[in-house]
Amino acid sequence: MDWSPNTTQQTRKSRAQMLHDIRAFFLQRNILEVETPALSQFGNTDPFIESIQCIQHKSESSELRYLHTSPEYPMKRLLAADSGDIYQISKVWRAGESGNKHNPEFTLLEWYRVGFSYQKLMQEVEELLSIVLPDLPKKPQFKTYESLFLEKFNINPHIATNEQLIDCVREHIDHLDTEGMNNQSLLDAILSFCIEPEFESSHLTFVYDYPVSQSALAQIRQTEHYPVAERFEVYLGQSELGNGYQEEVDSKRNKQILNDENQARKDFNLETVKKDHLFLAAAEKGIPASAGVAIGLDRVLMCITGEKSIQKVINFPWDKA
Amino acid sequence: MATVSTSEFKSGLKFILDGDPYTIVENEFVKPGKGQAFSRVKIRNLKTGRVVDKTFKSGEKVEAADVMEVDMEYLYEDGEFWHFMEPTSFEQHAAEETAVMDVKHWLKPQEKYIVTLWNGSPLSATPPNFIELQITECDPGVAGNTAQGATKPATVETGAQIKVPLFVEEGEMVKIDTRTGEYLSRAKDS
Repeated sequence: MDWSPNTTQQTRKSRAQMLHDIRAFFLQRNILEVETPALSQFGNTDPFIESIQCIQHKSESSELRYLHTSPEYPMKRLLAADSGDIYQISKVWRAGESGNKHNPEFTLLEWYRVGFSYQKLMQEVEELLSIVLPDLPKKPQFKTYESLFLEKFNINPHIATNEQLIDCVREHIDHLDTEGMNNQSLLDAILSFCIEPEFESSHLTFVYDYPVSQSALAQIRQTEHYPVAERFEVYLGQSELGNGYQEEVDSKRNKQILNDENQARKDFNLETVKKDHLFLAAAEKGIPASAGVAIGLDRVLMCITGEKSIQKVINFPWDKA
Repeated sequence: MATVSTSEFKSGLKFILDGDPYTIVENEFVKPGKGQAFSRVKIRNLKTGRVVDKTFKSGEKVEAADVMEVDMEYLYEDGEFWHFMEPTSFEQHAAEETAVMDVKHWLKPQEKYIVTLWNGSPLSATPPNFIELQITECDPGVAGNTAQGATKPATVETGAQIKVPLFVEEGEMVKIDTRTGEYLSRAKDS
Protein backbone atom coordinates (compact mmCIF):
# COMPACT_ATOMS: atom_id res chain seq x y z
CA MET A 1 0.00 0.00 0.00
CA ASP A 2 1.27 3.47 -0.86
CA TRP A 3 0.69 5.21 2.47
CA SER A 4 3.24 7.97 1.91
CA PRO A 5 2.40 11.67 1.39
CA ASN A 6 2.44 13.14 -2.13
CA THR A 7 4.30 16.24 -0.98
CA THR A 8 7.95 17.01 -0.36
CA GLN A 9 9.02 18.48 3.00
CA GLN A 10 9.76 21.72 1.10
CA THR A 11 6.13 21.88 -0.12
CA ARG A 12 4.87 21.24 3.43
CA LYS A 13 7.07 24.11 4.67
CA SER A 14 5.78 26.35 1.86
CA ARG A 15 2.19 25.62 2.91
CA ALA A 16 2.94 26.45 6.54
CA GLN A 17 4.69 29.67 5.49
CA MET A 18 1.78 30.64 3.21
CA LEU A 19 -0.76 30.13 6.03
CA HIS A 20 1.45 32.13 8.39
CA ASP A 21 1.80 35.00 5.87
CA ILE A 22 -1.95 35.11 5.28
CA ARG A 23 -2.76 35.23 9.00
CA ALA A 24 -0.15 37.95 9.54
CA PHE A 25 -1.66 39.96 6.66
CA PHE A 26 -5.15 39.86 8.17
CA LEU A 27 -3.95 40.45 11.72
CA GLN A 28 -2.14 43.58 10.56
CA ARG A 29 -5.34 44.83 8.93
CA ASN A 30 -7.44 44.04 11.97
CA ILE A 31 -9.60 41.50 10.15
CA LEU A 32 -11.01 38.87 12.48
CA GLU A 33 -10.40 35.16 11.94
CA VAL A 34 -13.65 33.20 12.35
CA GLU A 35 -14.94 29.64 12.13
CA THR A 36 -18.28 28.38 10.83
CA PRO A 37 -19.67 24.81 10.55
CA ALA A 38 -18.31 22.49 7.89
CA LEU A 39 -21.33 20.20 8.13
CA SER A 40 -24.58 22.08 7.61
CA GLN A 41 -28.30 21.32 7.42
CA PHE A 42 -28.32 23.17 4.08
CA GLY A 43 -26.56 22.50 0.79
CA ASN A 44 -25.38 24.70 -2.05
CA THR A 45 -28.19 25.38 -4.53
CA ASP A 46 -25.72 26.37 -7.32
CA PRO A 47 -26.52 23.93 -10.16
CA PHE A 48 -22.83 23.67 -11.09
CA ILE A 49 -21.60 22.87 -7.56
CA GLU A 50 -22.52 19.59 -5.89
CA SER A 51 -22.38 19.28 -2.10
CA ILE A 52 -21.24 15.99 -0.56
CA GLN A 53 -24.03 14.57 1.57
CA CYS A 54 -23.49 13.03 4.99
CA ILE A 55 -26.01 10.95 6.86
CA GLN A 56 -26.13 10.66 10.64
CA HIS A 57 -27.97 7.49 11.61
CA LYS A 58 -30.04 7.62 14.78
CA SER A 59 -32.04 4.82 16.38
CA GLU A 60 -35.39 5.88 14.89
CA SER A 61 -34.44 8.11 11.98
CA SER A 62 -31.53 9.51 10.08
CA GLU A 63 -30.44 13.08 9.49
CA LEU A 64 -29.10 14.39 6.17
CA ARG A 65 -26.38 17.04 6.27
CA TYR A 66 -24.14 18.66 3.65
CA LEU A 67 -20.42 19.34 3.77
CA HIS A 68 -20.02 23.03 2.94
CA THR A 69 -18.72 23.99 -0.52
CA SER A 70 -17.70 27.40 0.85
CA PRO A 71 -18.39 29.15 4.17
CA GLU A 72 -20.25 31.96 2.39
CA TYR A 73 -23.72 31.79 3.96
CA PRO A 74 -22.73 31.47 7.64
CA MET A 75 -20.04 34.15 7.20
CA LYS A 76 -22.73 36.49 5.87
CA ARG A 77 -24.79 35.68 8.98
CA LEU A 78 -21.81 36.88 11.05
CA LEU A 79 -21.73 40.08 8.96
CA ALA A 80 -25.45 40.56 9.67
CA ALA A 81 -24.61 40.20 13.40
CA ASP A 82 -22.15 43.12 13.16
CA SER A 83 -18.96 41.06 13.10
CA GLY A 84 -17.22 43.64 10.94
CA ASP A 85 -14.40 42.47 8.64
CA ILE A 86 -13.86 38.71 8.87
CA TYR A 87 -11.82 35.94 7.24
CA GLN A 88 -11.76 32.17 7.39
CA ILE A 89 -9.38 29.46 6.23
CA SER A 90 -11.30 26.20 5.95
CA LYS A 91 -11.46 22.87 4.21
CA VAL A 92 -14.37 22.72 1.76
CA TRP A 93 -15.76 19.88 -0.38
CA ARG A 94 -17.18 19.75 -3.90
CA ALA A 95 -18.42 16.40 -5.16
CA GLY A 96 -16.87 14.96 -8.30
CA GLU A 97 -14.26 17.67 -8.88
CA SER A 98 -11.07 15.72 -9.56
CA GLY A 99 -8.20 16.50 -11.90
CA ASN A 100 -4.85 18.22 -12.18
CA LYS A 101 -6.32 21.44 -10.80
CA HIS A 102 -9.10 19.98 -8.65
CA ASN A 103 -9.33 17.87 -5.53
CA PRO A 104 -12.83 17.27 -4.08
CA GLU A 105 -11.48 18.38 -0.66
CA PHE A 106 -9.51 21.61 -0.74
CA THR A 107 -8.52 24.62 1.35
CA LEU A 108 -10.37 27.88 0.81
CA LEU A 109 -9.54 31.34 2.13
CA GLU A 110 -12.63 33.53 2.22
CA TRP A 111 -12.87 37.09 3.49
CA TYR A 112 -15.38 39.93 3.69
CA ARG A 113 -14.74 43.68 3.92
CA VAL A 114 -17.58 45.83 5.19
CA GLY A 115 -18.01 49.06 3.22
CA PHE A 116 -15.53 48.01 0.53
CA SER A 117 -16.22 48.28 -3.19
CA TYR A 118 -15.28 45.24 -5.26
CA GLN A 119 -12.62 47.37 -6.99
CA LYS A 120 -11.02 48.11 -3.64
CA LEU A 121 -11.19 44.41 -2.76
CA MET A 122 -9.46 43.48 -6.04
CA GLN A 123 -6.59 45.71 -4.93
CA GLU A 124 -6.46 44.01 -1.56
CA VAL A 125 -6.39 40.59 -3.28
CA GLU A 126 -3.42 41.80 -5.32
CA GLU A 127 -1.67 43.03 -2.15
CA LEU A 128 -2.16 39.68 -0.42
CA LEU A 129 -1.07 37.64 -3.44
CA SER A 130 2.06 39.75 -3.94
CA ILE A 131 3.05 38.90 -0.35
CA VAL A 132 2.58 35.12 -0.71
CA LEU A 133 3.91 35.14 -4.30
CA PRO A 134 6.87 37.54 -4.07
CA ASP A 135 8.15 36.80 -7.59
CA LEU A 136 5.07 38.22 -9.33
CA PRO A 137 5.62 40.87 -11.98
CA LYS A 138 4.47 44.22 -10.62
CA LYS A 139 1.50 45.05 -12.81
CA PRO A 140 -1.56 42.81 -12.97
CA GLN A 141 -3.94 42.96 -15.93
CA PHE A 142 -7.45 44.27 -15.32
CA LYS A 143 -9.94 43.21 -18.01
CA THR A 144 -13.70 43.44 -18.19
CA TYR A 145 -15.43 40.21 -19.19
CA GLU A 146 -16.90 42.17 -22.09
CA SER A 147 -13.51 43.34 -23.43
CA LEU A 148 -12.19 39.75 -23.47
CA PHE A 149 -15.08 38.55 -25.65
CA LEU A 150 -15.05 41.65 -27.88
CA GLU A 151 -11.29 41.47 -28.51
CA LYS A 152 -11.25 37.75 -29.27
CA PHE A 153 -14.58 37.15 -31.04
CA ASN A 154 -16.24 40.54 -31.48
CA ILE A 155 -19.11 39.21 -29.38
CA ASN A 156 -20.66 41.26 -26.59
CA PRO A 157 -21.31 38.66 -23.87
CA HIS A 158 -23.94 40.83 -22.15
CA ILE A 159 -26.29 40.86 -25.13
CA ALA A 160 -25.18 37.89 -27.27
CA THR A 161 -27.99 35.43 -28.00
CA ASN A 162 -27.51 31.75 -27.23
CA GLU A 163 -27.56 31.11 -31.01
CA GLN A 164 -24.53 33.41 -31.45
CA LEU A 165 -22.72 31.70 -28.58
CA ILE A 166 -23.53 28.25 -29.99
CA ASP A 167 -22.06 29.29 -33.37
CA CYS A 168 -18.91 30.46 -31.59
CA VAL A 169 -18.62 27.20 -29.62
CA ARG A 170 -19.16 25.08 -32.77
CA GLU A 171 -16.49 27.00 -34.62
CA HIS A 172 -13.83 27.05 -31.93
CA ILE A 173 -14.23 24.09 -29.55
CA ASP A 174 -13.52 20.53 -30.69
CA HIS A 175 -16.68 18.48 -31.00
CA LEU A 176 -18.55 19.96 -28.04
CA ASP A 177 -22.22 19.02 -28.15
CA THR A 178 -24.13 22.20 -27.24
CA GLU A 179 -27.38 20.33 -26.60
CA GLY A 180 -28.83 21.34 -23.22
CA MET A 181 -26.31 24.14 -22.60
CA ASN A 182 -27.69 27.39 -21.19
CA ASN A 183 -26.29 30.92 -21.52
CA GLN A 184 -24.02 30.49 -18.51
CA SER A 185 -22.50 27.19 -19.61
CA LEU A 186 -21.94 28.44 -23.20
CA LEU A 187 -20.06 31.47 -21.84
CA ASP A 188 -18.09 29.18 -19.49
CA ALA A 189 -17.05 26.98 -22.42
CA ILE A 190 -15.81 29.94 -24.49
CA LEU A 191 -13.98 31.53 -21.56
CA SER A 192 -12.39 28.24 -20.41
CA PHE A 193 -11.25 26.91 -23.78
CA CYS A 194 -10.72 29.99 -25.96
CA ILE A 195 -9.92 32.96 -23.74
CA GLU A 196 -8.21 31.77 -20.53
CA PRO A 197 -5.45 29.92 -22.46
CA GLU A 198 -4.29 33.31 -23.75
CA PHE A 199 -3.84 34.90 -20.33
CA GLU A 200 -0.24 35.96 -19.80
CA SER A 201 1.56 33.25 -17.82
CA SER A 202 3.02 34.22 -14.43
CA HIS A 203 0.93 37.44 -14.47
CA LEU A 204 -2.14 38.14 -12.36
CA THR A 205 -5.23 38.79 -14.48
CA PHE A 206 -8.38 40.22 -12.92
CA VAL A 207 -11.58 39.72 -14.94
CA TYR A 208 -14.52 41.81 -13.75
CA ASP A 209 -18.08 42.89 -14.55
CA TYR A 210 -19.72 39.61 -15.53
CA PRO A 211 -22.88 38.98 -17.58
CA VAL A 212 -25.98 38.71 -15.41
CA SER A 213 -26.31 34.97 -16.16
CA GLN A 214 -22.92 34.63 -14.38
CA SER A 215 -23.85 36.81 -11.39
CA ALA A 216 -24.26 34.16 -8.67
CA LEU A 217 -24.50 36.20 -5.44
CA ALA A 218 -23.06 39.43 -6.88
CA GLN A 219 -24.87 42.73 -6.93
CA ILE A 220 -26.25 43.81 -10.31
CA ARG A 221 -25.53 47.30 -11.65
CA GLN A 222 -27.65 48.96 -14.35
CA THR A 223 -25.57 50.53 -17.09
CA GLU A 224 -26.91 52.61 -19.96
CA HIS A 225 -27.51 49.58 -22.20
CA TYR A 226 -27.67 46.48 -20.03
CA PRO A 227 -27.16 45.28 -16.47
CA VAL A 228 -23.79 43.85 -15.37
CA ALA A 229 -22.89 41.71 -12.37
CA GLU A 230 -20.30 43.23 -10.03
CA ARG A 231 -18.24 40.08 -9.84
CA PHE A 232 -14.53 39.43 -10.41
CA GLU A 233 -12.21 36.51 -10.84
CA VAL A 234 -8.45 36.48 -10.31
CA TYR A 235 -6.09 34.26 -12.32
CA LEU A 236 -2.40 33.59 -12.14
CA GLY A 237 -1.49 32.69 -15.69
CA GLN A 238 -4.23 30.31 -16.82
CA SER A 239 -5.05 29.15 -13.30
CA GLU A 240 -8.20 30.50 -11.66
CA LEU A 241 -7.32 31.40 -8.06
CA GLY A 242 -10.39 33.19 -6.74
CA ASN A 243 -13.80 34.68 -7.18
CA GLY A 244 -15.25 37.81 -5.57
CA TYR A 245 -18.40 39.90 -5.44
CA GLN A 246 -19.88 43.16 -4.51
CA GLU A 247 -22.19 41.21 -2.28
CA GLU A 248 -25.90 41.22 -3.03
CA VAL A 249 -27.47 42.45 0.24
CA ASP A 250 -31.08 42.80 -0.91
CA SER A 251 -32.97 40.05 0.92
CA LYS A 252 -35.63 39.60 -1.79
CA ARG A 253 -33.02 39.16 -4.47
CA ASN A 254 -31.02 36.69 -2.37
CA LYS A 255 -34.18 34.61 -1.98
CA GLN A 256 -34.84 34.91 -5.70
CA ILE A 257 -31.28 33.73 -6.52
CA LEU A 258 -31.63 30.57 -4.39
CA ASN A 259 -35.04 29.82 -5.95
CA ASP A 260 -33.69 30.39 -9.48
CA GLU A 261 -30.75 28.08 -8.77
CA ASN A 262 -33.06 25.31 -7.60
CA GLN A 263 -35.18 25.88 -10.73
CA ALA A 264 -32.01 25.53 -12.85
CA ARG A 265 -31.31 22.29 -10.98
CA LYS A 266 -34.72 21.01 -12.07
CA ASP A 267 -34.00 22.07 -15.66
CA PHE A 268 -30.76 20.07 -15.57
CA ASN A 269 -32.55 17.08 -13.97
CA LEU A 270 -30.57 17.52 -10.76
CA GLU A 271 -31.86 16.99 -7.24
CA THR A 272 -32.97 20.26 -5.63
CA VAL A 273 -31.26 21.32 -2.42
CA LYS A 274 -32.72 22.56 0.86
CA LYS A 275 -32.27 26.36 0.84
CA ASP A 276 -30.35 27.96 3.70
CA HIS A 277 -33.24 29.59 5.58
CA LEU A 278 -30.92 30.85 8.30
CA PHE A 279 -28.94 32.79 5.68
CA LEU A 280 -32.16 34.17 4.19
CA ALA A 281 -33.36 35.19 7.68
CA ALA A 282 -30.06 37.01 8.30
CA ALA A 283 -30.40 38.74 4.91
CA GLU A 284 -33.84 39.93 5.96
CA LYS A 285 -32.39 41.41 9.15
CA GLY A 286 -29.76 43.11 6.95
CA ILE A 287 -26.29 42.22 5.67
CA PRO A 288 -24.11 45.36 5.58
CA ALA A 289 -22.83 46.63 2.22
CA SER A 290 -19.66 44.62 1.68
CA ALA A 291 -17.37 42.91 -0.78
CA GLY A 292 -16.15 39.34 -0.39
CA VAL A 293 -13.77 36.95 -2.10
CA ALA A 294 -12.72 33.29 -1.91
CA ILE A 295 -9.26 32.06 -2.94
CA GLY A 296 -8.26 28.43 -3.49
CA LEU A 297 -5.11 28.07 -1.41
CA ASP A 298 -3.96 24.78 -2.94
CA ARG A 299 -3.87 26.53 -6.33
CA VAL A 300 -1.86 29.37 -4.76
CA LEU A 301 0.54 26.78 -3.31
CA MET A 302 0.91 25.27 -6.80
CA CYS A 303 2.07 28.72 -7.97
CA ILE A 304 4.47 29.08 -5.01
CA THR A 305 6.05 25.65 -5.50
CA GLY A 306 5.81 25.49 -9.30
CA GLU A 307 3.99 22.14 -9.11
CA LYS A 308 1.84 21.43 -12.19
CA SER A 309 -0.63 19.17 -10.38
CA ILE A 310 -2.70 19.91 -7.28
CA GLN A 311 -2.10 16.28 -6.30
CA LYS A 312 1.53 17.24 -5.55
CA VAL A 313 0.73 20.01 -3.06
CA ILE A 314 -1.81 18.10 -0.93
CA ASN A 315 -0.27 15.61 1.50
CA PHE A 316 -2.98 13.02 1.00
CA PRO A 317 -5.20 13.86 -1.99
CA TRP A 318 -8.55 12.16 -2.66
CA ASP A 319 -7.22 8.74 -3.69
CA LYS A 320 -4.97 8.56 -0.62
CA ALA A 321 -7.32 10.21 1.86
CA MET B 1 -26.07 -1.01 -24.36
CA ALA B 2 -23.88 -0.16 -21.40
CA THR B 3 -23.05 3.52 -21.07
CA VAL B 4 -20.19 5.33 -19.36
CA SER B 5 -20.42 8.80 -17.82
CA THR B 6 -17.64 11.41 -18.04
CA SER B 7 -17.06 10.95 -14.30
CA GLU B 8 -15.65 7.49 -15.09
CA PHE B 9 -13.31 8.77 -17.82
CA LYS B 10 -9.66 7.75 -17.44
CA SER B 11 -6.83 6.81 -19.77
CA GLY B 12 -7.42 3.46 -21.40
CA LEU B 13 -11.24 3.61 -21.18
CA LYS B 14 -12.80 2.50 -24.46
CA PHE B 15 -16.05 3.80 -25.94
CA ILE B 16 -17.95 4.18 -29.21
CA LEU B 17 -18.20 7.52 -30.97
CA ASP B 18 -19.90 7.97 -34.36
CA GLY B 19 -19.80 4.19 -34.77
CA ASP B 20 -16.05 3.82 -34.23
CA PRO B 21 -14.27 2.45 -31.14
CA TYR B 22 -11.96 4.87 -29.33
CA THR B 23 -9.61 4.66 -26.36
CA ILE B 24 -8.91 7.59 -24.04
CA VAL B 25 -5.28 8.70 -24.22
CA GLU B 26 -5.59 11.69 -21.89
CA ASN B 27 -8.45 13.11 -19.81
CA GLU B 28 -8.44 16.64 -18.35
CA PHE B 29 -11.12 17.91 -15.95
CA VAL B 30 -11.88 21.59 -16.65
CA LYS B 31 -14.20 23.62 -14.44
CA PRO B 32 -14.55 27.26 -13.47
CA GLY B 33 -15.16 27.56 -9.70
CA LYS B 34 -18.68 28.82 -10.35
CA GLY B 35 -19.58 27.15 -13.62
CA GLN B 36 -20.06 24.28 -16.01
CA ALA B 37 -17.62 21.35 -15.75
CA PHE B 38 -16.10 19.71 -18.83
CA SER B 39 -13.92 16.75 -19.70
CA ARG B 40 -11.42 17.52 -22.43
CA VAL B 41 -10.07 14.27 -23.83
CA LYS B 42 -7.52 13.09 -26.35
CA ILE B 43 -8.89 9.90 -27.86
CA ARG B 44 -7.40 7.39 -30.30
CA ASN B 45 -9.55 5.78 -32.97
CA LEU B 46 -8.82 2.08 -32.59
CA LYS B 47 -9.51 1.43 -36.28
CA THR B 48 -7.42 4.18 -37.84
CA GLY B 49 -5.01 4.99 -35.02
CA ARG B 50 -5.78 8.72 -35.40
CA VAL B 51 -5.76 10.82 -32.24
CA VAL B 52 -8.38 13.58 -31.93
CA ASP B 53 -9.48 16.07 -29.26
CA LYS B 54 -13.00 16.13 -27.95
CA THR B 55 -14.80 18.11 -25.26
CA PHE B 56 -17.65 16.68 -23.18
CA LYS B 57 -19.89 18.38 -20.67
CA SER B 58 -19.63 16.66 -17.30
CA GLY B 59 -22.39 14.11 -16.94
CA GLU B 60 -22.59 13.35 -20.69
CA LYS B 61 -22.76 9.65 -21.40
CA VAL B 62 -21.13 7.60 -24.13
CA GLU B 63 -21.64 4.03 -25.24
CA ALA B 64 -19.12 1.65 -23.71
CA ALA B 65 -17.10 -0.32 -26.28
CA ASP B 66 -16.80 -4.07 -25.96
CA VAL B 67 -13.07 -3.99 -26.60
CA MET B 68 -10.59 -6.51 -25.17
CA GLU B 69 -6.88 -6.98 -25.52
CA VAL B 70 -5.92 -10.65 -25.73
CA ASP B 71 -2.51 -12.35 -26.01
CA MET B 72 -2.50 -14.52 -29.14
CA GLU B 73 -0.11 -16.54 -31.24
CA TYR B 74 0.15 -15.69 -34.93
CA LEU B 75 -0.51 -18.74 -37.14
CA TYR B 76 -0.54 -18.03 -40.88
CA GLU B 77 -1.96 -15.94 -43.68
CA ASP B 78 -4.20 -17.39 -46.39
CA GLY B 79 -4.15 -14.49 -48.82
CA GLU B 80 -7.36 -13.01 -47.44
CA PHE B 81 -7.16 -13.35 -43.65
CA TRP B 82 -4.43 -13.38 -41.04
CA HIS B 83 -5.05 -16.09 -38.47
CA PHE B 84 -4.33 -15.84 -34.74
CA MET B 85 -4.95 -18.28 -31.91
CA GLU B 86 -5.55 -17.89 -28.18
CA PRO B 87 -2.90 -20.22 -26.71
CA THR B 88 -4.99 -21.38 -23.73
CA SER B 89 -8.35 -22.03 -25.43
CA PHE B 90 -6.97 -22.71 -28.95
CA GLU B 91 -9.76 -20.45 -30.21
CA GLN B 92 -8.83 -18.99 -33.59
CA HIS B 93 -9.52 -15.48 -34.88
CA ALA B 94 -9.25 -14.30 -38.49
CA ALA B 95 -8.10 -10.70 -38.97
CA GLU B 96 -8.81 -8.66 -42.09
CA GLU B 97 -6.02 -6.84 -43.85
CA THR B 98 -7.05 -3.45 -42.37
CA ALA B 99 -6.49 -4.81 -38.87
CA VAL B 100 -2.93 -5.98 -39.54
CA MET B 101 -1.95 -3.35 -42.13
CA ASP B 102 0.61 -1.64 -39.89
CA VAL B 103 2.19 -4.80 -38.51
CA LYS B 104 2.09 -7.18 -41.49
CA HIS B 105 5.86 -7.04 -41.82
CA TRP B 106 6.40 -8.14 -38.22
CA LEU B 107 4.13 -11.22 -38.22
CA LYS B 108 6.09 -14.37 -37.47
CA PRO B 109 4.38 -17.70 -36.86
CA GLN B 110 4.39 -18.87 -33.21
CA GLU B 111 5.28 -15.37 -32.00
CA LYS B 112 2.95 -13.76 -29.41
CA TYR B 113 0.96 -10.62 -30.30
CA ILE B 114 -1.58 -8.51 -28.40
CA VAL B 115 -4.76 -8.64 -30.47
CA THR B 116 -7.46 -6.04 -29.80
CA LEU B 117 -10.91 -7.54 -30.23
CA TRP B 118 -13.98 -5.37 -30.79
CA ASN B 119 -17.27 -7.26 -30.51
CA GLY B 120 -15.16 -10.40 -30.85
CA SER B 121 -13.41 -9.44 -34.13
CA PRO B 122 -9.74 -8.46 -34.40
CA LEU B 123 -9.34 -4.69 -34.71
CA SER B 124 -5.58 -4.46 -34.49
CA ALA B 125 -2.52 -6.45 -33.48
CA THR B 126 0.49 -5.19 -31.56
CA PRO B 127 3.81 -7.02 -31.99
CA PRO B 128 6.18 -7.53 -29.05
CA ASN B 129 8.56 -4.58 -28.66
CA PHE B 130 11.53 -6.79 -29.51
CA ILE B 131 11.52 -9.62 -32.00
CA GLU B 132 14.19 -11.97 -33.34
CA LEU B 133 14.07 -12.54 -37.09
CA GLN B 134 16.25 -14.21 -39.71
CA ILE B 135 17.94 -12.17 -42.43
CA THR B 136 16.73 -13.59 -45.76
CA GLU B 137 18.45 -11.17 -48.06
CA CYS B 138 21.39 -8.75 -47.84
CA ASP B 139 24.76 -8.03 -49.43
CA PRO B 140 27.66 -10.18 -48.21
CA GLY B 141 29.30 -9.14 -44.93
CA VAL B 142 32.52 -7.15 -44.98
CA ALA B 143 34.93 -9.01 -42.73
CA GLY B 144 36.44 -6.94 -39.97
CA ASN B 145 34.39 -3.88 -40.81
CA THR B 146 33.26 -2.41 -37.53
CA ALA B 147 32.99 1.18 -38.72
CA GLN B 148 30.55 3.01 -36.47
CA GLY B 149 27.20 3.74 -38.05
CA ALA B 150 27.84 2.20 -41.46
CA THR B 151 24.79 0.18 -42.56
CA LYS B 152 23.35 -1.73 -45.50
CA PRO B 153 19.77 -2.66 -46.40
CA ALA B 154 18.47 -6.12 -45.47
CA THR B 155 15.22 -8.06 -45.72
CA VAL B 156 14.02 -10.27 -42.85
CA GLU B 157 11.89 -13.42 -42.98
CA THR B 158 8.64 -11.53 -42.36
CA GLY B 159 9.30 -9.24 -45.32
CA ALA B 160 10.30 -6.08 -43.40
CA GLN B 161 13.11 -3.98 -44.82
CA ILE B 162 15.64 -2.90 -42.22
CA LYS B 163 19.14 -1.46 -42.02
CA VAL B 164 21.86 -3.63 -40.50
CA PRO B 165 25.58 -3.11 -39.81
CA LEU B 166 27.93 -4.15 -42.61
CA PHE B 167 29.18 -7.28 -40.79
CA VAL B 168 25.74 -8.96 -40.64
CA GLU B 169 25.36 -11.98 -42.97
CA GLU B 170 22.41 -13.50 -44.79
CA GLY B 171 20.83 -16.31 -42.71
CA GLU B 172 21.75 -14.73 -39.35
CA MET B 173 19.17 -14.10 -36.61
CA VAL B 174 18.98 -10.47 -35.48
CA LYS B 175 17.09 -8.66 -32.74
CA ILE B 176 14.87 -5.76 -33.87
CA ASP B 177 12.84 -3.07 -32.10
CA THR B 178 9.42 -3.31 -33.82
CA ARG B 179 8.38 0.20 -32.65
CA THR B 180 11.16 1.87 -34.62
CA GLY B 181 12.15 -0.91 -37.05
CA GLU B 182 15.75 -0.55 -35.84
CA TYR B 183 18.35 -3.30 -35.72
CA LEU B 184 19.53 -3.78 -32.11
CA SER B 185 22.00 -6.68 -32.13
CA ARG B 186 22.72 -10.14 -33.40
CA ALA B 187 20.45 -12.65 -31.65
CA LYS B 188 22.34 -14.34 -28.80
CA ASP B 189 22.09 -17.96 -29.93
CA SER B 190 22.82 -17.48 -33.65
